[in-house]
Amino acid sequence: MSEKKPSAWLRLFSALVYLYIYLPIVLLVIFSFNKQKLNVSWEGFTLSWYQELFRNQQILLAIRNSLTIALVSTIVATIIGTLAALALQRYRFPGYTLTESTLYIPVIIPEVVMGISLLVFFSLIGVRLGLGTITLSHIAFSIPFVALVVRARLHGFDKSIEEAAMDLGANELTTFWRVTLPTILPGVLSGALLALTLSLDDYVITYFTAGPGSTTLPLRIFSMVRFAVTPEVNALSTIWVATVFLVLLIGQMVQNRQR
Amino acid sequence: MSEFVIELVDVVKRFATPEGNEVTAVDHVSLQIRHGEFFSLLGPSGCGKTTSLRMIAGFEWPTSGEVLIDGKPMGRTPPFWRPVNTVFQSYALFQHMTVFQNVAFGLEMDKTPASEIKHRVGEALEMVKLSGMERRKPRQLSGGQQQRVALARALVKRPKVLLLDEPLGALDLKLRREMQIELKTLQEQVGITFIYVTHDQEEALTMSDRITVMNRGKALQTGSPVEIYERPNCRFVADFIGQANFFAGKMLAFDDQGARVAIPALQTELIGQPVGNLEPGQAVAVSIRPEKVRIAQEPAFGSNSVRGRVIHTTYIGSNTHVLLELAGGVRINAWEQNKISTLDPKAYFLPGQEIWANLFPENVLILPED
Repeated sequence: MSEKKPSAWLRLFSALVYLYIYLPIVLLVIFSFNKQKLNVSWEGFTLSWYQELFRNQQILLAIRNSLTIALVSTIVATIIGTLAALALQRYRFPGYTLTESTLYIPVIIPEVVMGISLLVFFSLIGVRLGLGTITLSHIAFSIPFVALVVRARLHGFDKSIEEAAMDLGANELTTFWRVTLPTILPGVLSGALLALTLSLDDYVITYFTAGPGSTTLPLRIFSMVRFAVTPEVNALSTIWVATVFLVLLIGQMVQNRQR
Repeated sequence: MSEFVIELVDVVKRFATPEGNEVTAVDHVSLQIRHGEFFSLLGPSGCGKTTSLRMIAGFEWPTSGEVLIDGKPMGRTPPFWRPVNTVFQSYALFQHMTVFQNVAFGLEMDKTPASEIKHRVGEALEMVKLSGMERRKPRQLSGGQQQRVALARALVKRPKVLLLDEPLGALDLKLRREMQIELKTLQEQVGITFIYVTHDQEEALTMSDRITVMNRGKALQTGSPVEIYERPNCRFVADFIGQANFFAGKMLAFDDQGARVAIPALQTELIGQPVGNLEPGQAVAVSIRPEKVRIAQEPAFGSNSVRGRVIHTTYIGSNTHVLLELAGGVRINAWEQNKISTLDPKAYFLPGQEIWANLFPENVLILPED
C-alpha cells in the first residue's frame, strides 16, 4: 500500500472539522479556570471553582449516584447483551428474525418515548422512583447496544474453536470460560464501554425515572444551568469530559494489549 | 479389545434444512476401521464424509445406527468423553493462547500434572518440528506451522484415533505434498489410527492403507488404493478415482476370459472383466483407463482391437496424451509413456495417423451402470 499524503485543502478542511467538533469543549475547559463569574472574558487563572465543587454536598452525591448506576447497569447489561448476542449467533428457531430485529429497536426509539413509557410502567406496577428505577432503565436501554457490538465481533467467529475445545476434553462451561469468552472479549469490553458512557451521559430517560435523592450528575448540571452557566458548571463538565475520555483511553489500552 | 477401533453400523444422518426440508447426509453407512490403519474417506463435497467424521468425533449424533469406538457404542456421548481427537480443516487454534498453551490445553483438561504437561508438550512439538516456537501466538505462524500446531495439539493426548478433516486443504501444492509424506511417516511412527477425510483422490491414494469412496451419503466401495483404482465396483468410483474412458454396453455372456459385452457405438463386441453381480442382458458401463489403452500399427493377438485415428496429441513430458477417434466416432483418451528420448516427431504420434487401439481384456472393466 502506498502512503499517500493528503493535499493542503484536505488538511485544512479536516482541521476545520476537528475545530468544529472540539472548540466548544476546549472553550468550556478554559473558562472553568476563569476568575470571572460570567463567561464573557478572560480575567485570570484560578482553581477556586473546582474547590467549591468539592465542597458542594449535592454535587458529590450526584457523582456518587451516577457512578453507582453506571457501574451496576454496565455489568448487568453487558452480561445480558453478550448472552443475547451469543444465543442469536448460535441458534436458529421459529421467530428468529422477529427476535433479532426487536432486540435492536430500542436503539432507534426516541429517548423521550422510552422515558415516558418507563415512567408509566413503573407507576403502574407501583415501584417507587429512585436509584433502582434509574438503574433498571439504564440496563434496559444498554442491552441492545451491547448486543449490537458483541454481535459485530461474533461475525466470522469460527465455531470450530469451540468444537476443538470440547474435542480436547473441555465441557461446555470450561469451553465458554477458556475459549469462547477470551475470543470475544474485545467485543464484550467495547460493549461494556459503550454501556458505561451511555449510562454516565444519559439525561432524558433518567429525568423521567428519577425520584427524590437519586439525582444524577447530568440532572444536577442541568438544574444548575437553568439560570446561568456558571464557571462552577464549567469545572464540573470538565471533570466529566475528562472522566469519559479516561474511561475510553483505558478501554483502548486494554484492547490493544489483547491484540 | 475389539478387532475394530471404529465401527459404523448402518449409520444414517438426516438434517433439517432452514427451508423445512430434510436432507440425508449419510445414508446407511457401515464401516470397520482396524487398529493402526491409515483410513481415508474420499468423495466429492457434500458426499457425507465430513458428517461421518463428525459423528465419530461426537459433534453430531446419528439419526439411526450406531458408532462404536473400541467396541463400545457411543450413543450420545459428548466429544469430551470420547477417546478420539480431531484436526480441523480451519485448524481451529485458540488465537488468544500461545503455541504451548494450545498444545497443553487438552492435557490440562485431563488434569495432567504440570511437569508432565511440560514434558509431553515439548515432545509433541518436537515431533511436528516446532520446538522453540512455544511462545508464539498462532497468528505469528505460517499456514503450514499452524497446521502442525493443530496436529500436535490433537496428538499430545495420545488418542485411540486421530480424525483429520481435510487438514491440508488450505496449503499450497508443494507444501501439501511434503505434509502428505510427513503425515504418513508420523502415523507409522506413533501407530495411532488415522481417519482422513479428503476430496483429493491423489492424496488418498498416496497415504491410505484403505479407502472408502463415498457419494451422495453412501459408502460405495472400501478397499486398498490398488483395489479402488484397478477394480472399481461401479461407474462413479472408476470415474472419480483417476481417469477412465467409458462405453455404454450390454452384457452378452460370460466366457473363460471374463465376459463379452456388445458396444453399439463401436458396432463391435468387447471382452473384459466383470465386476460385481452382472447378468446377461443387463446395461453396463465398460471402462478402460487411458494409460492402459495400447496404440499400435497392428491389431494385437488376444486383444480387443479397434481401428482408430489420432485426432490430437499433447506432449506433457513423461507422457504423451493422445486423443483417438474409434469406429462410430467414439473418442477416447490414451496415454503413452515416453520411454525413449528422442526429438523425432513420429515417435509421439501425428494427427490423422491411422492406428489400432488394443484394449486388452484384463484392462477392460465391465461395471454395473449407476
